[in-house]
Amino acid sequence: MSASMRTYIIRRLLLIIPVLIGVTLLIFAITQLFSPVERASLYIRDPRQAKDLPSIIKKYGLDLPVYIQYFRWIDQVLHGNLGWSESTHMPVLKALITHFPATAELALYAAPLTIIIGILLGKLAAIKKDTAVDHATRIMAIIGWSLPSFWLGIMLLAIFYGGLGIFSPGRLSVWAENLVLSGEFKVYTGLYTIDAILNLNGAVLLDALSHLALPVTTLVTINIALLMRIMRSSMLEQLNKTYVIAARARGLKWKTVIDKHATKNALISVVTISGLLTAGMLSGMVITETVFEFKGIGYWAAHAATQLDIPAVLGFALFAGTIFVIANLIVDILYAYIDPRIRLG
Amino acid sequence: MKELKFILRRIRETPLSIVGLAIVIFFTIVAIAAPALAPPRPGRDPYMIPRYGYSPIPKPPSPEHPFGLTQGQYDLYYGVIWGTRAAYRIGVLIIAVSALIGIIVGGLAGYYGRIIDEILMRVTDIIFAFPGLILAMALVVAFGPGLDSVTLAMILVWWPGYARLIRGEILRIRSEDFVEAAKAIGCSDLRIIVKHILPNAIYPLLIMASLDIGSVVLTVAALSFLGLGAPEGYADWGQLISLSRNWITGKPGEPFAYWYVYTIPGLFLFLFVMGWNLLGDALRDVMDPMIRRR
Repeated sequence: MSASMRTYIIRRLLLIIPVLIGVTLLIFAITQLFSPVERASLYIRDPRQAKDLPSIIKKYGLDLPVYIQYFRWIDQVLHGNLGWSESTHMPVLKALITHFPATAELALYAAPLTIIIGILLGKLAAIKKDTAVDHATRIMAIIGWSLPSFWLGIMLLAIFYGGLGIFSPGRLSVWAENLVLSGEFKVYTGLYTIDAILNLNGAVLLDALSHLALPVTTLVTINIALLMRIMRSSMLEQLNKTYVIAARARGLKWKTVIDKHATKNALISVVTISGLLTAGMLSGMVITETVFEFKGIGYWAAHAATQLDIPAVLGFALFAGTIFVIANLIVDILYAYIDPRIRLG
Repeated sequence: MKELKFILRRIRETPLSIVGLAIVIFFTIVAIAAPALAPPRPGRDPYMIPRYGYSPIPKPPSPEHPFGLTQGQYDLYYGVIWGTRAAYRIGVLIIAVSALIGIIVGGLAGYYGRIIDEILMRVTDIIFAFPGLILAMALVVAFGPGLDSVTLAMILVWWPGYARLIRGEILRIRSEDFVEAAKAIGCSDLRIIVKHILPNAIYPLLIMASLDIGSVVLTVAALSFLGLGAPEGYADWGQLISLSRNWITGKPGEPFAYWYVYTIPGLFLFLFVMGWNLLGDALRDVMDPMIRRR
């Protein structure tokens, strides 16, 4: 790693500290909308503590000046105490951890598929500019961009689950769920497709995949549009550059020029928008998991929201904000790695 | 005027934006003509959908109810017509207030620079550090569910984009000769901002804001779908889609028996958003000075 890269990474790492402090400040500001008694639930780890609210208010200084409260709250957050989630009857952190594998499994399939299909279609549209293929991808992008994810989910369920009787909602069929809960099936990761492979159980693998099909389709359809359009325009830009003409003039095949030269350079601008893609995925998870009753973090947060489970929703927002900040950090570092102008600029 | 001519030329050049424009005009007429298309019962809040009974089971389209009745016997035709008006009402309100805040904050940051700029832009950074829908969701829960909370939460999430846009424009214009000249003849800061800078900076904002209505309405509908927005029976596309969730399996032997409850409100929302996006796709170039000044 070059010295300039190292300084860039250090500088960029230092820059996320104020943003993360800002994220916590905003969440903390939201908690200040509530009275001390209501806020006490943000600190409880166990419902039995709820009987003794005055002592909690005293213990965490909920009647003290705001800045002291902030530091005490941050102290709790950093120790993993995000409060008690009434809607799921467990601490917020535990609820986040319990629901994480389902969301991770969705992301494991949706994110790579979105990226690969988006890049391939965008590239294709650029190469075949102004042909039927180009127009078709443009229309696909506009439809994907405009489709309400919850409506797409409902329509897919109506057709494939209601109409054809395949691809039901949830993460597993009842028989598979019973098997997973029984001792025979070892749960290693909580990602059922991976666990099924590790258990060498093809039936569970197929069942898990059939439950993933529709939510993954929804997430990919909604998120692919942006990627496709960026890849297309950035590819077109590269194809117009002199190095492409020069490579052609040296007698290189068109296919080689596209694959080895233009695509690589076009991918740089795709990296820069992957931060936006993360935001789309996170928001998409809330809606998609709710529609398909896919019990991940998004499903949990949406249900907590309808039941006004404030610690859960704020814990989730803090989690999503942190993930998003870190994703943007990774994107920036990746960008600097690919494009030296960034880290030297 | 030159800009308007440019917009019209752009629209004529791309067939898809004509489709977009047609869709947008259709919805605008529906919103304006809602009281004539679906007359409300006198003395009732026109945004509340009339009910024709209390049975949970939807009823198919009939001459009296052209789009059928959804769960709870709410009239779907009335719901989607007034839903159009409701979408415009909340969308325009959110965007107008967000744009106003954006102009003030972005204007202050851009014109005064230094510490004010630093503080205000760090505030926008914090809001941008969250995925919009998730921050809006948290705010709505904190304010207590309802349309007023949704409006407020959406404004808080939406204004930073406009603030940054205006700030950027002002930074560009601030160093132009006519601003220097205004300063030299002793104009006050307020006069320079309002009379000289804003008229030059506001144009991209107006375009961006008016095209944002599609995404704002989509996000509001998502919040309603999650059960955080409109009260039950309010003419709201998101809520009508949410009410249809129990009916996707149809009846035994007739899987699409309730097709109208999920297809119709979703189609209205989808076409509305698409119309604005199609128009936006063509017009976003207008904001790009490289193309505009060509």
